[in-house]
Amino acid sequence: MEGISKSFHGIHANKEISLSVGSGEILGLLGENGAGKTTLMNILYGLYQPDAGQIKINGNPVRITNPMESILYGIGMVHQHFMLIQNHSVIENIALGYKDTPFFFPKIKIKEKVASFSRQFNFTIDLNKKIWQLSAGEQQRVEIIKALLNGADLLILDEPTSVLTPKEIEELITILRQMKADGHSVIFISHKLDEIMNICDRVVVLQKGSIVGRADTGQTDKKTLARMMVGRDVVFTISREKLAKGRQVLRADQIHVTGDMGLPAVKGVSFDLYENEIFGIAGVAGNGQRELAEAITGIRRVDSGKITINGKDITNLSPRHIYDHGVSHVPEERIRFGIAPGLFLYDNAILKQHHLKKFSRRYFLKYSQVKNHTQGIVDDFKVLTHSIENQIRNLSGGNIQKLILGREISEQPNLLVASHPTYGLDVGATEFLRQHLLKLRKQGSAVLLFSEDLEEIFELCDRIAVIFAGEFMGIFDSDDERLCEIGLMMAGSRRIPRCIQ
Amino acid sequence: MIRLSYTDRYQITRLRALMTNIFSLAAGLFVISIIFLIAGVNPLFAISEIFQGSFGSMYGFKETITKAIPLILIGAGLTLAFRAKFWNIGAEGQLLMGAIFSTWTGLAFGNTLPSFAIIPLMFAAGFLGGALWGIIPAILKIKYAINEVISTLMLNYICAHILTMLIVGPWKGASRFGFPGTDNLPDAATLSVIPGSRIHYITLMLALACAAILALAIYKTRFGYEARVVGENPDAGKYAGINFFKTTLVLMAISGGLAGLAGVGEVAGIHHYLGYPTSVSSGYGFTAIIVAWLAKLNPLYAVISGIFFAGILVGGDAIQISLGLPAATVEIVNGTLLIFLIMGEYFLHNKITVTFSRA
Amino acid sequence: MEDIIISTLQRTMVAGTPLLLATTGEIICERSGILNLGVEGVMALGAVTAFIVTMTTGSPWLGVLAALAAGMVISVIHAFTSVTLQANQVVSGLALTMLGLGLAGMVGKPYVGKPLAIKMEDITIPVLSDIPYIGKALFSQSPFFFLAIGLALVSWFFLQRTRLGIQIRSTGENPKATETQGVNVFLIRYLSVIIGGGFSALAGAHLSISYSKSWIEGMTAGRGWIAIALTIFALWNPGRAIWAAFLFGGIFVAQYLMQPLGISPNFLAMLPYIATLLILVLISLKDPRKLNAPAMLAAPYKRGER
Repeated sequence: MEGISKSFHGIHANKEISLSVGSGEILGLLGENGAGKTTLMNILYGLYQPDAGQIKINGNPVRITNPMESILYGIGMVHQHFMLIQNHSVIENIALGYKDTPFFFPKIKIKEKVASFSRQFNFTIDLNKKIWQLSAGEQQRVEIIKALLNGADLLILDEPTSVLTPKEIEELITILRQMKADGHSVIFISHKLDEIMNICDRVVVLQKGSIVGRADTGQTDKKTLARMMVGRDVVFTISREKLAKGRQVLRADQIHVTGDMGLPAVKGVSFDLYENEIFGIAGVAGNGQRELAEAITGIRRVDSGKITINGKDITNLSPRHIYDHGVSHVPEERIRFGIAPGLFLYDNAILKQHHLKKFSRRYFLKYSQVKNHTQGIVDDFKVLTHSIENQIRNLSGGNIQKLILGREISEQPNLLVASHPTYGLDVGATEFLRQHLLKLRKQGSAVLLFSEDLEEIFELCDRIAVIFAGEFMGIFDSDDERLCEIGLMMAGSRRIPRCIQ
Repeated sequence: MIRLSYTDRYQITRLRALMTNIFSLAAGLFVISIIFLIAGVNPLFAISEIFQGSFGSMYGFKETITKAIPLILIGAGLTLAFRAKFWNIGAEGQLLMGAIFSTWTGLAFGNTLPSFAIIPLMFAAGFLGGALWGIIPAILKIKYAINEVISTLMLNYICAHILTMLIVGPWKGASRFGFPGTDNLPDAATLSVIPGSRIHYITLMLALACAAILALAIYKTRFGYEARVVGENPDAGKYAGINFFKTTLVLMAISGGLAGLAGVGEVAGIHHYLGYPTSVSSGYGFTAIIVAWLAKLNPLYAVISGIFFAGILVGGDAIQISLGLPAATVEIVNGTLLIFLIMGEYFLHNKITVTFSRA
Repeated sequence: MEDIIISTLQRTMVAGTPLLLATTGEIICERSGILNLGVEGVMALGAVTAFIVTMTTGSPWLGVLAALAAGMVISVIHAFTSVTLQANQVVSGLALTMLGLGLAGMVGKPYVGKPLAIKMEDITIPVLSDIPYIGKALFSQSPFFFLAIGLALVSWFFLQRTRLGIQIRSTGENPKATETQGVNVFLIRYLSVIIGGGFSALAGAHLSISYSKSWIEGMTAGRGWIAIALTIFALWNPGRAIWAAFLFGGIFVAQYLMQPLGISPNFLAMLPYIATLLILVLISLKDPRKLNAPAMLAAPYKRGER
């Protein structure tokens, strides 16, 4: 790719980017969220057109105007959010993506092709299963099969490990190494330094749309890369002062919750939470965290068990009642649950508080109060917007998250339930949010933090629980040495391990 | 080579919205003219006849206001429902139910109660009837997840048949000499009109008041806020602790109730008896949908929008007589204008840039 | 008694035919993710077109083709507003209904009440039609009947057993994912809407040149709306639509059967609409996992959404 530039709404996503990949090589594309990595790859894959620049394959300049063409050129992409049809079966999804699917009876004819591929790469997936029945790792494998079936010489993987268990990550690495040996090329997009160093041969670092560094992974280290990525030295540990625990705020007792598909999602979870404490629940997304958070905040029914806040039973109360007990929630799916996209910023700023006396009187809303409050949040949390009369959907993801956090924190909650709050945020916003969580902790609140980011968990939490398949594998103090095997626990191992040096 | 690219437009000012609406209507009229041309009608003559008929004469203007009354009432109610993304296509049925309830009240008590007592009673009954008919689809949607487009439509037909059943059966008036319809309402139970016209001014004032109250409700009350949030994102509403059930029930009660009031107006103000469904309402429930859409779901604008479409209805009657065009012509006008309004919205929300480049 | 049964069956089949045609079309359309509420209007337009062309050319088959063309052309409007402009599909569909009904009424005015000289003749399949009871009902019918069943079966086949079908269904479930597979989502949706419209117009053609052999305004009588309800009832499956359509045909016919019993004809006329609601309630009660609708039905899809 030479001199690729692309802008959206006046914001430069890519500025004159040039890079190249050879066969049998794994190139890492490193950068924070919003650096332009996905945009660049979407251009390569044909979903976007560059404003300027050229793409050359095997030395010949090409124009890729849609994914079909890039597939024909031998480029395959596995997106961060899988491009799969949940309600359809594996074979139907493959048939959809395969370029030579026959017109009549496609399912039957493709099955043989897939079978031979499966043998070669050791995929064992039931072709008739529906996608929603598969684990994240299995779904990813379907995506990879699709790309390989189309004869991809170059495979692009966008943040592939964000939804995998450590074991599945190992399996993925094996597959990638095999592909490399076979002469395929891989572009590996990630913001995780460990993976880049481990998996890639070379790495290109993007920051705010431009290339700020290139290196061979054998000749550099994490600190250098991190500095390139952010432009300054990243402090890997935030200092967290020790605080004595206060009164008990939350007690959860043998909670059982059912998930969307009718299967049990949380199976007998018990724990408690105190003032001046951040309690982390570590685990790969999809192991019951969302359902547990929703049960505590009242959005989802608790089938059995009891939850109390400050001694009062809040099990299965309405979200509003639970909110009135001082429980705030930063939801996992911010856009889906946290905002009304077409309404203005100030409408969204009081989404959960609109019934409070300070914003409403009898039947009417006190809009001048509302607007002041909103301006306060925007200023305090540095939400980037040209006015509070802006529709909230025009803001970037990070700024929406800041508004939601500001909204939830501004009422000094007893308990803040934060579900993956920094997912998808850039480093600046992430640091900001984490500082705020620590601030809340100091002010006497209890924070329940759900996160997949182990760095974040260790930085912020006083106690850590590991969740897998709806159960806690264990609850530990943050300095418990058994946490060195947290990866194993996240993958389901329950035995208390001895650390391997 | 010409390349068209579109980008989101962030600043939508009221002026721009207004200009877009006007352009859309103009474009729509243009296409309607072409249709007329093909049908062998002189479009300029036809369109001028429409406007002459509705606004050009005193008589026409009075008729326009008369027809605007139900459109404003129903249209305002629909702006509320549509904002919550509850597609109430059943205003026809809600209107008829209001007519039924109020006629019963009028016939039952009209001879014994004085005007100032029976009229409010009739309006209340009409509101109740419409509200009931509006709540049914709300319940069906909440409890059984039945698409409200279908349920409200089915209820339209069901109500029309109920009405017919009543007026050929148990409610058939002795004074009708075998023709279907109820007896005439007692004098006390009829609405007075502005002399020299058919404008039943009490309903008119009610309509204007309702539009104003509704505007207040949508923009300034908690209920209006909750309805808007629910329309934007029901999941966010759940998360915000908004009671979807209660909110939907109340807004449909209001929307249906307003349509019911329109029904009262038609019966007590114009016909003075309950006849066939098509004589009570000439498609007001459907036309009001366009009224609400043109008003950009703002109840205050619905007043202007209602008068505009009432003008089209009256004008449509006029050219029916003078040009011999069938009644369905009005539907063509309505449909075309609505399509162009939709297309106009696209230009409102997107900035189209045309770039010319070589090669 | 036998006569009554045979004639009831026959009339049920006839009544169900337009419903089946329109429902099949709407299923195809909705499977691609577009809700088309304009069925009633397109049906009316198809009816009037078929009638006029048959009347003027003397060939009912030309009338059918003309109706098909008319339905497809007018559906382009809805496709344009829904797919290209991503406008509100409910309102757009309603506008299409108004336009269709209006055009049909205006264009058809001179032809109201005129009887059709040339009719579409029934087809009688030898041997099969001699089967007692059902033979006459099933095998001695208007060509539209066989067309409807044929199209339903073919549609089922195309949706479930061909590549195009997978593409259509995937578009309705997840247009974003489908597009990344190189499928032209816009084209698929346009195609589905236009084909759906064509089928609805065919339903109308049946009404005017085969069923009643005349034209009057309002002859569609809400059948288009019922077809929209039937697509849900049939769970978006053209095979099931066959049962659904004829079940409802039966309900329509039941009106006439019960009339001699002295029940108010208006009450009977309400039956199909009440039945629609009841059946939807029953389905909802039976399947809490909500009706299998294509996941992204009626949600506008913007390409390259950031």
